[in-house]
Formats: sequence, structure tokens, C-alpha cells
Amino acid sequence: MTDAGRHPRITIHTLSEVVDIKGNVGNFDVQIVKKARYVDEKECTACGDCAKVCPVVRPDEFNLGLSSRRAIYSPFPQAVPSAYVLNPHECLGNNPVVCNKCLEACEKKCIDFHMSDQTLTEHVGTIVVATGLAPHDPRVLDEYGYTRYENVLTSLEFERLVNAGGPTQGHLLRPTDRRQPKSVGFIQCVGSRSARRGKSYCSNICCMNTIKSTLVLKEHYPDMAVKVFYIDIRAFGKGFEDLYTRSRRQGVHYVRGLPGQVEELPDGRLRVAVENAAGGTLDYYELDMLVLAIGIEPAAGTHKLQEMLGLQLTSDGFFLEAHPKLQPVDAATRGVFYAGCAEGPKDIKESVTQASAAAVRAIRLMQSDQITAEAITSEIDPDLCKACGKCAQVCPYHAIVVDPKKKTPAQVITAACSGCGTCAAECAFGAITMNHFTDPQIIDQIDAMLEDRPSEKILTFACNWCSYAGADYAGVSRLQYPPNARLIRTMCSGRVDEQFIWHGFRKGAPVILVSGCHIGDCHYINANHWTVKRVEKVRQKMEKRGLRPERLQLEWISAAEGTRFAEVMKRMEQLRRTVTEQEIAETIDLLEK
Amino acid sequence: MSTSMTPTSQANLSANTDVRIGVYVCRCGLNIAQTVDCDAVAAAMAKLPDVAVAKSIGYACSEPGQRAIREEIETLGLNRIVIGSCSPRLHEPTFRQMLTAAGLNPYLLEMANLREQCSWVHMQNREGATAKARDLVKMAVARSRRLQPLDEAKLPMTQRALVIGGGVAGIQAALDMADNGYEVVLVEKQPSIGGVMAQLDKTFPTMDCSI
Repeated sequence: MTDAGRHPRITIHTLSEVVDIKGNVGNFDVQIVKKARYVDEKECTACGDCAKVCPVVRPDEFNLGLSSRRAIYSPFPQAVPSAYVLNPHECLGNNPVVCNKCLEACEKKCIDFHMSDQTLTEHVGTIVVATGLAPHDPRVLDEYGYTRYENVLTSLEFERLVNAGGPTQGHLLRPTDRRQPKSVGFIQCVGSRSARRGKSYCSNICCMNTIKSTLVLKEHYPDMAVKVFYIDIRAFGKGFEDLYTRSRRQGVHYVRGLPGQVEELPDGRLRVAVENAAGGTLDYYELDMLVLAIGIEPAAGTHKLQEMLGLQLTSDGFFLEAHPKLQPVDAATRGVFYAGCAEGPKDIKESVTQASAAAVRAIRLMQSDQITAEAITSEIDPDLCKACGKCAQVCPYHAIVVDPKKKTPAQVITAACSGCGTCAAECAFGAITMNHFTDPQIIDQIDAMLEDRPSEKILTFACNWCSYAGADYAGVSRLQYPPNARLIRTMCSGRVDEQFIWHGFRKGAPVILVSGCHIGDCHYINANHWTVKRVEKVRQKMEKRGLRPERLQLEWISAAEGTRFAEVMKRMEQLRRTVTEQEIAETIDLLEK
Repeated sequence: MSTSMTPTSQANLSANTDVRIGVYVCRCGLNIAQTVDCDAVAAAMAKLPDVAVAKSIGYACSEPGQRAIREEIETLGLNRIVIGSCSPRLHEPTFRQMLTAAGLNPYLLEMANLREQCSWVHMQNREGATAKARDLVKMAVARSRRLQPLDEAKLPMTQRALVIGGGVAGIQAALDMADNGYEVVLVEKQPSIGGVMAQLDKTFPTMDCSI
């Protein structure tokens, strides 16, 4: 921590949040809101004179409310930057009549009530997302009486109690009577591995964290009775089994089974009923203190960041990597990397390993002062362009300049173009060529597909980032579905031109599916909004022309939704079976007129 | 033009004599071949116009596989490559590099997804999967005729990184980049960096303190 604080090439913005990110790999413009600290970070020596005189007492967040702090405080003794911070919502204000004590106490005069929030802009080439985790909140389901019984703690609260720098100087005390407990029980998988309560995934760290805690207890209090209630112990890492064996050898009692019920006894002890799965018995234990091994959940700001950077999430809510084995720290968005629990629950060693990997992946791009640009970009033929301005209107990147009033033809700013192809799909005059996904390329794919037995096939357009990746995920998961679909990959569903759909029906397609990223998840900011509008428009036209509009379907399938892809395929096959040869023939007749 | 043309390629010279397509249907060991009749798919492709060569291949991505394709690009004068194999999301970069190494523009490659989107999802239906594979490769061949070389322009790279989050992972990533000479901006919501790690007492497996 201090190394990072002292490093000449690291600028730390604390109390800060990223509120907007624009641009692409090599050139991201990042807007950061830095909240006012009301204490000069550079001048403050953390002497603590201000806090000594502050009359406002509040629960200390760092110690999870197990101790108190003042309205002006140091987050914790080893904090970086080593400066006090003032909470303006708690402070009585700089009204000399009301308070003003800290201002008077600070010899260096580094408290400033006139500081205001700042908006900073940083220009960077790569981004590492290391947004961490949110601990599972046992209050929501009141697991094991956490909200009712004072002697039921979370594993994080326990950490603070056994920490020498914590509220009790490392002496484990029972909250109800401030006495050292004679027996402590740990309950595993709180908020994890249960679809009914909390999350269905394994939080990875809780088994080892509990084993570590039992060793800490046995070291300090050899006579304490320590019990662990578990489903199974996952001690798979290097050196982990040794710790587990050591814990058992030191007399920690491991009970296979999670408590069904916890009751508080009049003296504050807790009575726990456990169905022991190993022995098949129903056992009761009376314990002085219970510790809930709480799981890891995605951090609060995950969705906001996901939208800002066009990232994807797994069904668990953590960030989705570009490839689970081969690009485990890369995001699908070039120049963005993941480190730590942002990508999934992991321990410190794994977080550090992944962070170093992310750093190297970023350096791999940054080691040159140039980067190859996207080759798949659009081009405009000035002879065909009517300067209507539609392309500039739909471009999510403002990468097209056109002046409809002066009738100057549109021009693509190639460096800003990301290649979604929405402009080409929206151009009514055929003036735009979307390189590598041109109209003739896609039309020829449709023709090749529908050349023979078209009535048996499902013409499917899938965007590269979500739906096509979702189809791959179905494959990796070996999910089986009918073999009638033929996918045509486009970079974005926004590329799917109206004429592709009409062409497909004209060539005898019974049904057509357009699929893309969920609204809000579009890799090209919001290009898929135009997909929705276009598909709606075509369906209305189909209805007017006497075609069943449901023969054209639109589905959002994310990269992690392999199951959903397989289900959509099954549904499309059912739909295809409702389209008769006669209906197809009539459609062809109608469209060829 | 190469003199060692295969009989198929001679028979299939169409009006568009400029385009010479090589089609390689990867068996991926048995990953594709156990469900898809790869030889039948290749044989069907050999009959298409502009296809100079079409064959199935054990592992297209392996070094021997790539070498065989590179050699044929040279000896048969191929200028479009179609590979029916795994997802392009996996090996498109691999095969693009192969084209570059053989002196072709990397965008003259087209892939058909015969594994993730065919053999692995229709394991009980060899006939249906083979018919689908045939269509997918045929579509790729049709598209490949229209492929044009593309150039990748160079853009400036800002040699500076942003790290969002100052927990153990963010700190480590920031230090590694900074130690390698890059400027790093580290953004943290809380008044101090350290994250959850700073709240922990001892940490496994070393049982030492976290800060």
C-alpha cells in the first residue's frame, strides 16, 4: 500500500469515482469525480489533534461499527494517503457559534471547509478494472439470527475483533458481555452455494478463511472449543490442505452439516441444531459465539461500469472475460483488463496473480506509442451520398460528419469508427460500404444458405460480441438444440439491413431471427436501439403486405447465456414448423412482384 | 499461377479466374469429426466454383496443419482461405497470422464455426450436423469470394493506464505497470486504498498480516 502511495508514477485519487469513459483503446477519456476531503491531503500529518476535539461520535466503518470514530477521522492507522478526512454530513459545520474546534486545533491549518468536489479528466490508453467485491449481507435473510442475536457475527466482524489494530486490540470478546467466549462456532457457505439463500456459486475463500480463523483462535486460546459447520471443505490450493490438517490436529471440531436452527439462550449463548450428515444424527451445540462465513458478491458499481465500457457480465453478476481459459484477464473490449474479485470470487494470491497478468496484458499494448486501428470500418461513396444526415444521426461514436443543409456528402472519421455497421444498414441510398461485412458479402451468404431446401432452415443473424458468443457458450456447455439454424455473424445487430431480411424471405426463408446484446449491454454503446426500431418497422411492413410478422423474431442473448441461446433455437424451430411450403411460396410470389 | 493444380481446381475455374479458394475442413481430432462427416463436407466444397482445393485436415491450428495450408497457398496460388473449424472467436487471430506469414492479407480469411455451433450442439444427429456443416462452409465460401484486403491503420497509443479500484488487485496492477515505467492513475472510492484486504487480520496460506 505504501509502495503505491510513494510511487512517483502512480497518481492516487481517493474518494473518487469514474463517472464517464469515452473513446477506445489507446485513447480513453475518463471523467472522475473527486469528492472533497476538506483536509489538505499533502499537508496533513495525521497527528490526530483535530479528531481529539471533534464532538461528533459515529460508528467506524472500517471496524464495521464495532468501534467509533469522529466526524473528522483517519480511515485506519495505515491508510494511504495518510491524511484525515471530514464527513460533511456529520460535521456540525464551520459555524464558529456551533463548532469550529478542529479548525482551531489544526496547527498546520490544513482543514478547509470551502473545498468542493472536483471533476477531473484523465487521458489513458488502457484500463484495469479492479473494482473488488461486496461481502454478502446476512441481514437481508436474517440468516442464523444475525439481526436478532448480538453474538452472531460475520466473518469480517470477527476479523476486526481478532485484529491487534481492531476495536478490542485483538482480544476476542463476546458482544453481549465483553467477555472472552469459551466456545466459537463457524457456519460455512452463508450466502453461497444455495440457489434459495444467496448465490448459487462457491465464494472460493470462505473455507480457507475459516480454517485460518480457527488457527488464530487456537494459537491465542488453546482451550477454546472451536467448531466448524460445513457442507464440504474446499482446501484445494497450494499449502491449503496442510492448514486444514493442522486445524483438525489442534482440536477444531469439523461438523458436516449446516445448522437448521439457531436459538439464543437467556445467558446470551446460542443453541444450534445441526443434522450431522456424516453420522446421520441430529445434534445440539451450545456456543458462546457464532461466526457466519459470508460469501463474495459483485461490487455495487459493477453495472454502471459495465455500461460505460460496454462490458459483459456472467450470470453471477461478475465481469465476463474475453475467453475463460485463454484470455482470462482480458475484457472483450480491447484495452480493458480485469484484476481481482471484479471477475469472480478469489483469494489474495489469485488476485495478485491476476493483477500482474492484467498489468502485463496492458503493457503489451502500451509498449508501443502506436496501436493498430480497427480495419473493419465503414466508407462512404460521395457520388451516391445524398447528404441526408441519417448515418451521422445513428452513429454511436459521432464518427460521421455531414452537413445536410449545405448538401456536402458525409465523411467517416476512420479513427473514431468502431465498425458496428449501423450507418450502412440505415443508408437508404446504398452509399455506405461496411468493410468486411458488405452488402454483397452478406447477400451471398444468404443465397448460399437458401439455395437448396430453404424451408428447413432458420436464417439467424448474430452479433459478434453477445449472441454469437452466446451460441459458442452453448457449444462449450454441450447444450443440444435442433440443427436447422444457420448463423450469419455481423459485428453488431445494428448491421442487419432491412434488405437482408426481405432478401431472406424472397429466397424462401421460413423464419428469420435477428439477435444481439441486451439493451444497455451493446458493445457499440447503443447501436442495438436502431436494431429494435428497424425490426419493428419491417414487422409493420410485413403485416401490411399480408405476411405473418412473427416470422421475423428479435432476441437479446448475452455472451454468457448459452442456455438461452439453445432455448431460443428450440423456439425458433417450433415457429419454423408452423410455416408451410405454401406460405413460403406465397411470400416469394408477393415479394418478387 | 502455379503449375501443380489439382484436377478439381482445373475443373472449377469459373469466369472469375482471379479468385482461388482453399477450403480446409478441420476434424479437430474427433471434436468435429465424430459428429460431422468432414470428408463429405470437403468433397461437396470441391465442386463449388473458384474452389481450387478442398480437403479435411486433422488439426488446422497445429503447426503441421498450418504449414500444410501455407504450402498450398504457395503451390496452388490460393488467395482466399476458408477454414471450417472451431469458433472464429478462438482461432481467427491464429489463422490471420498464418495468412500474413504466407504473404496474404489477413482479411482474406473466412471461418465456418463447425465445432461450438455445430458438432458440439448436435451430437446425436450426425446427418443434421453434416448438412448444417455443409451449408456453413458453403456460406463461408460464398462470402470469401467477396472478401477484400483491408489495411489496419495506426493510431496513437497513450502510454498511461487507469486502474479502477484500489484494493489488493488494483494496487498490484498499478505497481507492476508503474515499475515498468508507465504512468498510472489509481481511482479509489474510499478515503484510503487497501480495500477489503486491509480489514483482514492474518491471511492464508502464509498466516501473516495483510497490510
